[in-house]
Amino acid sequence: MSIATAPTGGPGTGRKNMAKAAAKKKTKSRSRASAEEMAARQREISVSEFFAKNRHLLGFDNPRKALLTTIKEAVDNALDACEEGGVLPEIEVKLLQLEETRFKVTVRDNGPGIVRKQIDNIFGKLLYGSKFHRMKMSRGQQGIGISAAGMYGLMTTGKPVKIISKTKRKPAHEVTLKIDTSKNRPEVVTDRESPDADKYFPEGHGTMVTIEMEGRYQKGKQSVDEYLEQTAIANPHAWFVYINPANETIEFPRGMDELPEEAKEIKPHPKGIELGTLIQMIERTESTKLGGFLQNDFCRVGQQKASELCKTAAKTAPNSNLKGPQTYVSKMGHSEAEALYKAIQDTRITAPPTDCLVPIGSRAMLAGLLKEVKAEFFSAATRPPAVYRGNPFQIEVAIAYGGQLSSDESARVLRFANRVPLLYQQSACSSFKAVMETSWKNYGLAQPRNALPTGPLVVLIHMASVWVPFTSESKEAIADYDEIRKEMRLALQECGRKLGIYLRRRSRMKKEAERRSIFERYIGEIATACEAVTGSDAKKIYDALQKQAAKKTAEADNKLDEDGQVVRKTSRLDDDEQVIIVEDAIPAIDDDEATDDLFGDARSRLRRDPGKKSSRKKTAKKASKKKTRKTSRKTR
Amino acid sequence: MATKKTARKTAAKKATKKTTRKSPSRKKTTGRTVSAKRDKETTGKIEKLCTTVVKSSLAQKDPFLDIPIRSVSNMKFNHRERILEMGDNTQRRTLFNVGQARKFMQSILLSKGCRELIQADKTLSLRGMYYMSLHTIEGTNEKTFNDQSESDGILEDLEVTLDGLREELHVFAKKRGTMVGNITIRDNGDEIDCRRMGTGGYAIPSICEPSVIQFEKCEADFVLHVEKDTVWSRFNEDRFWEQHNCILTEGSGQPPRGVRRLLARLNQELGLPVYCLLDCDPWGHYIYSVIKQGSINLAFESKRMAVPEAKFIGIRAGDYDDCELSPDVRIALNERDIARAKQIADYPWFLDRKPWQIEIRKMLANGFKMEVESLITKDISYVSEVYVPERLQAADFLD
Ligand SMILES: Nc1ncnc2c1ncn2[C@@H]1O[C@H](COP(=O)(O)OP(=O)(O)OP(=O)(O)O)[C@@H](O)[C@H]1O
Ligand SMILES: [Mg+2]
Repeated sequence: MSIATAPTGGPGTGRKNMAKAAAKKKTKSRSRASAEEMAARQREISVSEFFAKNRHLLGFDNPRKALLTTIKEAVDNALDACEEGGVLPEIEVKLLQLEETRFKVTVRDNGPGIVRKQIDNIFGKLLYGSKFHRMKMSRGQQGIGISAAGMYGLMTTGKPVKIISKTKRKPAHEVTLKIDTSKNRPEVVTDRESPDADKYFPEGHGTMVTIEMEGRYQKGKQSVDEYLEQTAIANPHAWFVYINPANETIEFPRGMDELPEEAKEIKPHPKGIELGTLIQMIERTESTKLGGFLQNDFCRVGQQKASELCKTAAKTAPNSNLKGPQTYVSKMGHSEAEALYKAIQDTRITAPPTDCLVPIGSRAMLAGLLKEVKAEFFSAATRPPAVYRGNPFQIEVAIAYGGQLSSDESARVLRFANRVPLLYQQSACSSFKAVMETSWKNYGLAQPRNALPTGPLVVLIHMASVWVPFTSESKEAIADYDEIRKEMRLALQECGRKLGIYLRRRSRMKKEAERRSIFERYIGEIATACEAVTGSDAKKIYDALQKQAAKKTAEADNKLDEDGQVVRKTSRLDDDEQVIIVEDAIPAIDDDEATDDLFGDARSRLRRDPGKKSSRKKTAKKASKKKTRKTSRKTR
Repeated sequence: MATKKTARKTAAKKATKKTTRKSPSRKKTTGRTVSAKRDKETTGKIEKLCTTVVKSSLAQKDPFLDIPIRSVSNMKFNHRERILEMGDNTQRRTLFNVGQARKFMQSILLSKGCRELIQADKTLSLRGMYYMSLHTIEGTNEKTFNDQSESDGILEDLEVTLDGLREELHVFAKKRGTMVGNITIRDNGDEIDCRRMGTGGYAIPSICEPSVIQFEKCEADFVLHVEKDTVWSRFNEDRFWEQHNCILTEGSGQPPRGVRRLLARLNQELGLPVYCLLDCDPWGHYIYSVIKQGSINLAFESKRMAVPEAKFIGIRAGDYDDCELSPDVRIALNERDIARAKQIADYPWFLDRKPWQIEIRKMLANGFKMEVESLITKDISYVSEVYVPERLQAADFLD
């Protein structure tokens, strides 16, 4: 498939820009060539050729990022497939280092598998996918992802992509294929049924993709590790096993055992499309009449609304072929389409339905954060669905504060779009701007001007939408729409307010505890001096004073629940389902003077202590109200 | 060792010798600071204070101390007796108050310390007292006192709380102040002839209670108190006290309690008038005010320390012209001096004294202050041979 015939469009604009860029390339030549000479060179450019040259557009700018992007594309697909197939995802990521800069990436899932016939195009052709033509919330949306990764591998190592897939009814088959970049076409290298490979799919179905590629592995920010950690946070229903280049196995257990609800597919909303997309839709529709087209291909357009739109359009273009709903679609030219487009803009149309959105949910976000972030306070907020440019979307925010998080750095912002972590281009992202423009000072945090707040804070922002407006094809940053930013801000404020309440309470308790320690320090002195003067028993005086001190600073005391678990039933936060406080993660007062390093040490020792671990588990249970399989990360 | 100079001196010496032998309470070691009866009272008070604390502790009540407030707000001027007195306002110091807990603990510690001192019949300096109660609180690295000023302040609180003087608590301050003159005293049993003190003079102890110091023989007609040591030396060298038959004292600036108590006793018990020779500046005026009606900080002791009859000889603002002093002696008043002068003029005990109002106004009008030493520019002994004798003769002083 080439650009000329590619079904470009859809509510996204990315593809269009790309087409424009490609067109520019064509006419850029400056040599004094004759028209004939030029004609000899003028030919179609395949998408794959274009992206091979502009790989940065897809996230393959450098070896390190290429490695991450490859894993990301494969894991995103695996999660999408599992969810669509209704199975709890169980995904293994293996990063085998062959040489300093050469890796073999293998991602295996327990999804429904891919039928043999489709494998070639999915992995050997750019712009081939099941998600682009529909309006449904999913991680992938463009149909480029996995084939682009395969293409990158091919280009850097010359090795084909290996796919082993098993569907329920058939034995596993193994295919190795290359992408023919000049034609954007798959080229199958080997193809065989492989019953031995059934062992990879104990559930009877799944897919395993292996790509060999040039790359660079480095831990830390924007690493594979970070991506998987964050993916585990946003997908607490998924179970990940990660085998890193050092051949260590890291497990990310589930935080909850329920699949998210299935997202409903919707048709595009008239207000959400651009003129170009409208023209394409007219060209491709199965309806013959304009009225039918509007009713069948869009949501929120009934018979009445369709004729209203047609009439309005006819009015603006009186000399055109527009004759109301009965107009043949085949008669629709450019000016007719333009008139229709204008009519759509001028007509009131009900907002799109929002049942197509499946947010992570406050409970799941808390469960996800709880298992990956060692903080003491967690809070989450899910906004009601809203609409930008005709596309329904929903914003969710969760924050984690304190505990082992570092207190003298800027807050960390974890950005997600349809449950996929966004690791690059933070400052271009709408969510990042929303965090910056929230005034965290109101909630008791330090915040330098025009910057992120500083303190032991992690902010998770998730945007769920049938179409996430990315700033580029590499899906790295969410474009800045006012409607989106506003929802983000409101969600951030909701969480911030709860944090503020918590911090005030914590500082009150801390003050109380300090007061008590002051009193207790002097009581001994007073008791012995009084004994010396009056002859009364010092121990008695001491005990009596101690009792008073405890009473006077009762707030500093923890109350215990029936499990012997520390709980606080003193504020409205305790009855809040969207807040979790991990008591044993709250820094003890005595530790205050210790340096951060020592403090961190003490904490991690605590974590390994099995007794302490269980308390975290309990709270996690409370969060998910379900049994969790394992709640602590384990290194095998 | 001292050579007999005059017959009168020998006589005086004989007299004192006699009394020495008669003295019944002479002890080789330490003398009693205060009487056994008053000691008993003081320990009683300390015990009562601690018992109250114990009782409220055991009764699960918040232990507290009521401490009379030592500040201008709780001070009033007794117009009839013309002394500063302390009001009835007290401040509650409780254990279970973050800001007061430490001070509460310190108060109890020092009470205990004072009781031990009294029982052992020993005295300690303020510094000694600080060390006596200083230790690290068990289980912490906090000290009971951070420095001496902390314990000094608590001791003053205790004085007012127990309504007992520092001396009664067996604590004394560093001594300051000197005396010579026609008087023989007994200090802790030792006879002191203040006529035979050489150039240094008798160091006035910090405790001048009758139990420590008794007046044996006094021929002086009045007391001349000068501000500082340098001026005092001038007068002593010129043997002013001999020629004018008086007692010459000095208090190193603001006179400490011992000096003030001594002045008050010389005035009250021996009926000697007290004349003050101080600088012409707000500080000099303030010293006069302290001698005359008591200090704000120690208003509770005014009754025993103030000398309401004390008179101010000079230096006075008019002396610059009257004595035709050289312009070099002028020291410009700074802004703080001016503010201070106005504040002093507004003290109730100066407010109803017209001559004082005129004096302060004159000083402000001059725009400069003068030290007693400025008279030296006239002649080395001008102050002792001309200035003071003339004023005394003419009874020319401020009151
Ligand atoms: N592991 C898998 N199991 C089942 N189907 C898969 C799997 N991986 C990919 N697919 C199918 O292949 C299609 C193409 O995947 P690809 O990643 O190229 O594009 P996409 O996910 O649709 O969009 P995007 O470019 O945004 O990732 C998907 O739409 C999906 O239908
Ligand atoms: Mg994909």
